[in-house]
Amino acid sequence: MGALVVVDKLTVSAGSATLVDALSFTIRPGEVLALIGESGSGKTTTALALMGHARRGCRISGGSVRIGDVDVLSLRARQLRALRGRTVSYIAQSAAASFDPSRSILDQVVEPACLHGTLPRGAAELKAIALFRELALPEPETIGQRYPHQVSGGQLQRLMAAMALITDPEVVILDEPTTALDVTTQVEVLRAFRRVVRERQVTAVYVSHDLAVVAQMADHILVLRDGRMREVGATERLLAAPQNEYTQSLLAAARPATRAHGEAGEGAEVLLRVKGLSAGYGARGTILEGIDLELRRGQAIGVIGESGSGKTTLARVVAGLLPPSVGTMEFDGRALPPALRQRSREDLRRIQIVFQSADTALNPSQTIERILARPLQFYRGLKGEPLRRRIDELLDLVKLPRTLADRLPGGLSGGQKQRVNLARALAADPDLILCDEVTSALDTVVGAAVLDLIAELRRELGVSYLFISHDLHTVRAVCDEIVVMRHGRKLAQVARADYDRGPHHPYYEELARAVPEMRRGWLDELDRARPALVA
Amino acid sequence: MTTAIESDSFKRPARRQWRARLAHFGMTGWLALVVIAFWAAAAIFGPAMLSQRGDFGGGEVFAPMSGAHWFGTDYLGRDMLARVIEGARYTVGVAFVSTLLASGTGTLLALLAAASGRWIDSTLSRALDTLTAIPSKMFALLIVAGFGSSVPTLVMTAAIIYVPGSYRMARALAVNINALDYVTVARARGEGTGYVMLQEILPNIAGPMLADFGLRFVYVVLLLASMSFLGLGVQPPEADWGSLVRENIETLANGGAAVIAPSIAIASLTIAVNLVIDNLPGRAARERGAR
Repeated sequence: MGALVVVDKLTVSAGSATLVDALSFTIRPGEVLALIGESGSGKTTTALALMGHARRGCRISGGSVRIGDVDVLSLRARQLRALRGRTVSYIAQSAAASFDPSRSILDQVVEPACLHGTLPRGAAELKAIALFRELALPEPETIGQRYPHQVSGGQLQRLMAAMALITDPEVVILDEPTTALDVTTQVEVLRAFRRVVRERQVTAVYVSHDLAVVAQMADHILVLRDGRMREVGATERLLAAPQNEYTQSLLAAARPATRAHGEAGEGAEVLLRVKGLSAGYGARGTILEGIDLELRRGQAIGVIGESGSGKTTLARVVAGLLPPSVGTMEFDGRALPPALRQRSREDLRRIQIVFQSADTALNPSQTIERILARPLQFYRGLKGEPLRRRIDELLDLVKLPRTLADRLPGGLSGGQKQRVNLARALAADPDLILCDEVTSALDTVVGAAVLDLIAELRRELGVSYLFISHDLHTVRAVCDEIVVMRHGRKLAQVARADYDRGPHHPYYEELARAVPEMRRGWLDELDRARPALVA
Repeated sequence: MTTAIESDSFKRPARRQWRARLAHFGMTGWLALVVIAFWAAAAIFGPAMLSQRGDFGGGEVFAPMSGAHWFGTDYLGRDMLARVIEGARYTVGVAFVSTLLASGTGTLLALLAAASGRWIDSTLSRALDTLTAIPSKMFALLIVAGFGSSVPTLVMTAAIIYVPGSYRMARALAVNINALDYVTVARARGEGTGYVMLQEILPNIAGPMLADFGLRFVYVVLLLASMSFLGLGVQPPEADWGSLVRENIETLANGGAAVIAPSIAIASLTIAVNLVIDNLPGRAARERGAR
């Protein structure tokens, strides 16, 4: 049975900056509270403060946290150690980074119980196996003998939940536990989490930026921004009738509307034609097999699939970074040479690639001006005043202030970096832009703005897109057609008009079903539809 | 936050970086910088400012410290202060030039290895591994035995000995940078190897390579000092600090200033360089929230 959690005027600061500002909330025993907000809003900081922990450089500077009868912030180090992992336990975002790769899983799962002396080793192991079964893990008796690299990401996340629950804690903190997972895996993990949380009646704090996920898990939602509470309320009420302006924008961004699109498509000539394409990395076998694809001028095609499905490899092959082993590519009616160095500068200019993580896609030691200037100098030989003017135009195009030109990428926010990333591709004046998960690393609101920009650029400049994503919502919002990939093969191609008309390939259906919908009870319905998977 | 900074301070990012780097120097860092600056000045201007030349002997042998001879006199009665300051030219100068050669060559080869194909990388790496396999002192003795001891030989020997280490370090850094998306973007744009090496990778490994430069400088100073101590370094009557220790080793038992002064000079220079490296913004600065 869970404990009552009362947080009163909690304040966390780092130097002179305040990360969490006088936050107060109460969680009744056995209830789940979701902390939601964009990155930097202080949600993880708040969650960690519940355990009396502040990250290096941060300090809990005021307020109180009570769990049951215990005033957490007044405890000494030794008492805190007794609290953590026993009364309050924590499930982190990346299970892969939280397990010691050199020890077996069972060894690590029973560790909290042995450490706190709640159970002898033998009993703890039996309990761990019971938990594995409860969390719907395969082969519960033997999975503990494996090492972390021998299980999948979704399984590891559930194993970490088992580790957190082995001491029967009163409060569980789940910090973005499904963010790093694929949609299909996410559903399984969510199911398992919800079941154990409900059955054990533990009090839980669920930290996430995804409203749809939170809608399935939480009784109450607390919206945070800049360390301040914007709104708190029961899940149904908050989703149906948000009062705060920021909550409304979060909700709007989480339900991506279809972006208006131009006349592109049917009548236009074929820009890119890919035939029987296979590719792989050296001896590690093939990653792509027999891909056929046609992209018309001005069209946007979405490529969707889980990680390892070969969608990024497809983009790399088209960009010339990885020569295909078999198959041909045609661009604008002419054969496209397979390798980078065989392509003419003109070929290179017309196909540009935009990567997922703007952090690694922009050279940290070059100013924005230099980053944007290079393709202009390289492809078009611009210099002096025309160069300067074109850079300003590009910044205007992606809606960034011109004053940003003198900055280094380190001083920009994630959304701004992604815009620079796009602007660099646009500088080449391309016909085709390959977008590899461009919004995946961004918060919902920022990501929605970038999607708007992509749709607008397509309307205004007539660029075509090959839009790669694992998120069906995003793809549906900007693309005319969707290509579904799995294990390096193309399974199906669905046109915009048929998005909601079935029946489609079963895997597409599964993907579509796995995207959480933003209403309570969605997961319950899914459980009723497919009860076999839960048992 | 960053938006509050006026835009014109961004015009010169290089200088801003240097100022930021120096701003993180603690007390020890500044002290070490002063020591290094002192020895650098001694090497450049010292001999011109001395009233006594170091080769002017004939006074009392192994005299203690006094107003006339601040560091005492050596085994021929020459002024030790003058000898040490003249030696700075060899120790600091030769070490600096050799380290510059070693680090520069190593970094360039590493960039080439990282930015070009597997064949060039393997060939370069194996060739330099072979060089690493030869014991460094033995190699130095061999060269000196073969070509005789002169300043250019010493510079070349020290440079060759320290190229592989510098190469290894730079290659490890460059290979990581080479795998990042912005380098891939540059390649997809059609950029040549030279551009990728010098514009995309080099600026991002410069920081750690500077730290490596400092470390390697210390090694070279110690190598040259030990070569001179063996009598294979700078030849008399010229002397670097290592030879000064050797020349005056007789007075060690008496605790004479003549042997202590050059030893302290070597120690102060190497410790100072290490302190400066420690104060370069690395882990410590990142934890304080710097870039």
